[in-house]
Amino acid sequence: MSTQIPKQTEESSETDAETDVASRGDERRTEKRRRAAEEQARRQAEEAEKAAADDDTIELKVFRYDPEVEGKQDPRFDTFHVPFTKGMTVLDALMYSRDNYDSSLTFRHSCRQAVCGSDAMFVNGGQKLACKTQIVELEEPIRVEPLPHAEVRKDLVVDMEHFYDQMEAVEPYFQTNEYPDGELEEQRQTRENREKVKMSTRCIWCGACMSSCNIAAGDNEYLGPAAINKAYRFAMDEREGEDIKQKRLEIIEQEHGVWRCQTQFSCTEVCPKDIPLTEHIQELKREAVKNNLKFW
Amino acid sequence: MHEHDVIVVGAGGAGLRAAIAAQEAGADVAIVSKLHPVRSHTGAAEGGINAALRDADSWQDHAYDTMKGSDYLGDAPAVEALCQESPEEVIQLEHWGMPFSREEDGRVSQRPFGGLSFPRTTYAGAETGHQMLHTMYEQVVKRGVTVYDEWHVMDLAVTDEDDPADRTCHGVVAYDIQSGEVSGFRADNGVILATGGMGQVFDHTTNAVANTGDGVAMAYRAGVPMEDMEFIQFHPTTLPSTGVLISEGVRGEGGILYNENGERFMFEHGYANNDGELASRDVVSRAELTEVNEGRGIEDEYVHLDMRHLGEERILDRLENILHLAEDFEGADGLTEPMPVKPGQHYAMGGIETNEHGETVIGGLYAAGECACASVHGANRLGGNALPELIVFGKRAGRHAAGEDMGEAKVTTGKDGEWEPADYEFGVEVGETGGRGPAAADGGAVATDPEGVLGAAVERAKDRVDALLSRKGRNHAEIRSKVQQTMTANVNVFREEERLEETLGDLREAREAYKDVAVSDPSRTFNTDLIHTMETRNILDIAEALTMGALAREEFRGAHWRKEHQERKDENWLKHTLVSWNDGEPDLWYKPAIIEGENKTYEPKSRSY
Repeated sequence: MSTQIPKQTEESSETDAETDVASRGDERRTEKRRRAAEEQARRQAEEAEKAAADDDTIELKVFRYDPEVEGKQDPRFDTFHVPFTKGMTVLDALMYSRDNYDSSLTFRHSCRQAVCGSDAMFVNGGQKLACKTQIVELEEPIRVEPLPHAEVRKDLVVDMEHFYDQMEAVEPYFQTNEYPDGELEEQRQTRENREKVKMSTRCIWCGACMSSCNIAAGDNEYLGPAAINKAYRFAMDEREGEDIKQKRLEIIEQEHGVWRCQTQFSCTEVCPKDIPLTEHIQELKREAVKNNLKFW
Repeated sequence: MHEHDVIVVGAGGAGLRAAIAAQEAGADVAIVSKLHPVRSHTGAAEGGINAALRDADSWQDHAYDTMKGSDYLGDAPAVEALCQESPEEVIQLEHWGMPFSREEDGRVSQRPFGGLSFPRTTYAGAETGHQMLHTMYEQVVKRGVTVYDEWHVMDLAVTDEDDPADRTCHGVVAYDIQSGEVSGFRADNGVILATGGMGQVFDHTTNAVANTGDGVAMAYRAGVPMEDMEFIQFHPTTLPSTGVLISEGVRGEGGILYNENGERFMFEHGYANNDGELASRDVVSRAELTEVNEGRGIEDEYVHLDMRHLGEERILDRLENILHLAEDFEGADGLTEPMPVKPGQHYAMGGIETNEHGETVIGGLYAAGECACASVHGANRLGGNALPELIVFGKRAGRHAAGEDMGEAKVTTGKDGEWEPADYEFGVEVGETGGRGPAAADGGAVATDPEGVLGAAVERAKDRVDALLSRKGRNHAEIRSKVQQTMTANVNVFREEERLEETLGDLREAREAYKDVAVSDPSRTFNTDLIHTMETRNILDIAEALTMGALAREEFRGAHWRKEHQERKDENWLKHTLVSWNDGEPDLWYKPAIIEGENKTYEPKSRSY
């Protein structure tokens, strides 16, 4: 059903109509050589065109699974051949495949510009955002799979509930006991402090980090890099105040918190927003020690 | 069936703010959204939030700039509400922890934006929308607001009285994308539509794939008029190959536009002798396309936006996100080379007709944010005015739906106030194929009690899903693609009668083709083919109303440029365009724009920058 190869235009080979030529042998031989040369040139051009056409088609191998559709209950890979266009991303190739070959091909996507975090996938063995992964940077055939360490719902769609639960477990909202007096007055924050939390606020909840983390794979209760980064975002924000920070450190210090991290840096490597996740986790460990809290 | 006091449809900036406000006002509120909230397209907004926060600034100046920017088609009561309440809303966001960019003294930073008389655009780098969306979602989590995410709302449960003004909305019907279940959501107090933009009507857009105008089309079929749909903002700086947005913040910080000859055309060719690159968006978009059309574009397609002279430090501090976008989606390094840009569909000034409390003509039905038209943007939206609209009108709709008394609205809805019929003859048949159907087929219901109305709407939705999944027919993708192409080709920055008529014909064909549409994926699990197929119907209804408005409005105002009508005609056209579905036979009419504010009248002046 889904594996289709785009139609190649077939050139009908030229039939060589023998014509009566002049009786003179020289003329005849010259003409023959000319024709042979022409024929060879034509063949070469055709081969080059074909090679170029192949160059312009990319091969995708996409994971397929649907729990309720016959023929898709056993996971498999489907192959799609997609005409390459300059600047094409993995998401573009998937959309092309869906719109032209198989409308049941399923994946989450929305903004197309790496800010909604919907389309984290496992591309050629690494967690990537499909929309910001250029085809030219990948080896073919390109293997596209759902995020590992998450339950597959269908094709490239995984269950994100566990990820959301972990994010929500760290009290992921601003808290303070002191607001400025004036109704229209903002809390002051130094540029340095804003800079300190800046990278941590860029998280788009794509789940790539969690999927890449060996510890999270083995310990389902581990908060994981994204949730700890969310805690970092508030713990380091000077507007919250020391008492709130104390509470935050207690949350991330729990059994399945920061001390589980073994600094393998896989989360940092895959983060599409370049958030230094491992560093943030390490810094929270140091903060916890500094605060003389008991730890594991 | 689910039941709550207030149901909010959509979980972007307006939806989240509405939910928080309704809950604060004591309502039991739930959000129903086809995306998880943090996936919403508010997250892609870059530039900032206009708010008169400083002593040297005033909400009155903000209102004046907005009325002028709207080319005097904004309704002053709505514009004044926006400008008066934006400062407190911005400070509210700051108090919720939003990480704004900061000045040396620790106060929030503001920068200049197009069409503003004061640098009042409050921002968080070039990722203001992302920070705003996440900050508000954090508050929703904190408050324990119920969120039904990945539920696609298919229809409204509305009674079927003849006059839309007599109808009442009792809830919505939604399809659970994860499981395929169709369920009713009863709203005892009100339904707030906050479904965002409709950029997928065009094929070169900054909008997300999910921005298919579902709420606008749903409300339209239930009897609420679409207002001022012809006014579409084409943002002057989008990346040519993808439509990804390059923030106006780049020009706000001093970025310069050049044509192929290296001329700073905004000045050198006289498009905006005072404000240059920071003229209003409609002005800059037309200037760029004129350059391209007259042979001074690069590769006959785009112009250059150069920010190199701002220096690495300033760029990294205030526009870092732009470097990533230009690199990832166009392969351009903004630090060492100019970035290619061209106009792209960005924002719909029009939408669901509402008053300044977010109420529509149908009882219990509200709208806020980009899907709504109060109208604060009129014929052209100023940069930095969309985000404040989300929070100000999200909050207003939430409070009103929760039962708070907000006084009588000055903006009228439906045919309550002064109105006049349009006498424009379209060359092509519009509306439902096969003519006018019973109201019940498109959003009305035979029953009048809430349970009955919702139950009937659920049954219709189930039948529709079953039919789409079981029958044989054509895939929607080709139809959608044709609509997007004809809209981009003919209903773009420059518009002329003949080509608008041609598009109306193309849309007719698309409607005919859509009659045979079917979904080939038989699955009830995460069937995106089904969702997209239903969205395409919404795209069709919106594209048609938009093109009708563009044809009928025979003048040049704000973002709406007409080849045959090269001037703003205030004597005849200081009025809003409304299109009512009228149960399948679209009806075009007008109501006057309100230029009288609380203490002053915004007399139309010529708009030069």
